[in-house]
Amino acid sequence: MKVPYVLADAAVVAKRNIIKIKRVPDLLVFTTLSPIMFVLLFAYVFGGAIDVGGSDETSQAYREFLIAGIFAQTVIFGSTITGAGLAEDVKKGVIDRFRSLPMAPSAVLSGRTFSDVVNNILVLIVMSLTGLLVGWRINTSFWEAAAGFGLLLVFAYSISWIMAWIGMLVPSPEVVNNASFIVIFPLTFVANTFVPLETLPTALQTFAEWNPVSSVTQAARELFGNIPPGTPAPTAWPLLHPEVYTLIWSVAILAIFIPVANAQYRRSTSR
Amino acid sequence: MTYATSSRRHEAGTAPVIQARGLTKRYGKVVALDGVDLDVHAGTVLGLLGPNGAGKTTIVRILATLLAADEGAATVAGIDVRADPREVRRHIGLSGQYAAVDEYLTGFENLDMIGRLYHLGKAHSRSRARELLAQFDLEDAGDRPTRTYSGGMRRRLDLAGALVAHPPVLFLDEPTTGLDPRGRIQMWDVIRSLVAEGTTLLLTTQYLEEADVLADEIVVIDHGKAIARGTADQLKLQVGGERLEVTIRDRERLADAEELMSRLGTSPQNDLERRTFAVSADLGVATLTAALHAFEGAGIELDDVGLRRPTLDDAFLTLTGRTTEETVAPEDVKGGAER
Repeated sequence: MKVPYVLADAAVVAKRNIIKIKRVPDLLVFTTLSPIMFVLLFAYVFGGAIDVGGSDETSQAYREFLIAGIFAQTVIFGSTITGAGLAEDVKKGVIDRFRSLPMAPSAVLSGRTFSDVVNNILVLIVMSLTGLLVGWRINTSFWEAAAGFGLLLVFAYSISWIMAWIGMLVPSPEVVNNASFIVIFPLTFVANTFVPLETLPTALQTFAEWNPVSSVTQAARELFGNIPPGTPAPTAWPLLHPEVYTLIWSVAILAIFIPVANAQYRRSTSR
Repeated sequence: MTYATSSRRHEAGTAPVIQARGLTKRYGKVVALDGVDLDVHAGTVLGLLGPNGAGKTTIVRILATLLAADEGAATVAGIDVRADPREVRRHIGLSGQYAAVDEYLTGFENLDMIGRLYHLGKAHSRSRARELLAQFDLEDAGDRPTRTYSGGMRRRLDLAGALVAHPPVLFLDEPTTGLDPRGRIQMWDVIRSLVAEGTTLLLTTQYLEEADVLADEIVVIDHGKAIARGTADQLKLQVGGERLEVTIRDRERLADAEELMSRLGTSPQNDLERRTFAVSADLGVATLTAALHAFEGAGIELDDVGLRRPTLDDAFLTLTGRTTEETVAPEDVKGGAER
């Protein structure tokens, strides 16, 4: 199969999924509504109780600290749409139709993961606006901020491929949602997303330091200029080099799960 | 199992467009397909007839390259399905048991997408989509999301999707299951016109009537095996020839009628409640004439009399020992094979 067809077919599949975002706005509303609630809850309910250090007025500092964490959690949850969407397509016979066409087989998954990046971009826009309303500010240059958003999207994109594999593996979309919730919820909480790492018990702290969710959050925080002045510097290597560490994870996940998910796509023909 | 040699438009010597030998598929210990052979010649319709879970869908999935057989070989349009599935896909259209249309896309967008994935190009995909919408009486609904469509409209759109690239070989898996009678007849018309244009069609159905109306040749599938094959007429003959059926008017003459009928033919089937008697009519019209004379001579008035040819229902009953309605598939086979 020629390379242009691989790309063109993926674009056709992605377009189909993006039309769905447009036709079912509920999906976007619900994926953004819960993070908006998180922003408000953490900013106004817990904000006063959690001390992130620094000399600023505490709750303002916490809001700045919080946003990058919420962003990271949200784009990771956003990538679960990949799995649920694919599982639904399998169930409804859409995948069978794709399989009976002389299209590039890889296009089904690459089109899907690409359209979920579009979805995550829309979600990030809504969340950024909410953040600005509660007092979050970007204190760095345009390019640094763009790099922060880019890193969030790249990391979420790699998670999408894990979800694509799960989506081809499980029998129904509901299973994807439940299974991913069980794994992703703790991963995004045992991290520096909502609380400073120093407040965690030692064992959890070590886990959290090496958790890529922490590094992507740390990287975004640094690139947005949201580290409160006077915060003690991190000691663990991943958090000293959060951009590099996050990229290593992303590349590793992609290197493993792109082939694995595509193999599963081809294999599930014989279900 | 002998091969039926005749098929309306089949010329001797041409290679079959669809050919399968010894197709076998197992799901764990369940044997979904057990050595099925098929031949479908160019421009003809083969009907796979059988109850749920018989293995019909498994056959279609193997031939349409969605599933690999455990044993056996198959070619479609002369191409080995196992060796070169992608080349097979260029020659086939598939419309499955459930309408696999995307409910959030409009009818037009669904067809356009399929055209693009067949690499027809942008302009051609769009014009082909419009053309098919018109052909399938979906023009007005073409720009509405398909979730607003009726079941019949969805099935028509799904079939249209299978035809986007003018495939010479078409697989239709239970194309009318779940449709109301009107939708079914519309679908039959569409299928007949496709075949008239020269498409080679493999069709699965649970409906004997459908196989009778559409198929040149029928293969009866049960428990993963081909248990009978031939034209509808040949299958009916396997069940027995024509039968004489009379309904008398006067309830008091039931005994006389029964005695009279027993002299006209064998294997009686009597329904005293409905005053109806049936026997085999080995001499056809001669038996009918004899019956009319005999009843007139005995002074028994008739409400109805006629020669009845066995239906495919009778054939199915004889072949499988079950009617089509009372068959229940084992769930594990159904779940695995007929999904």
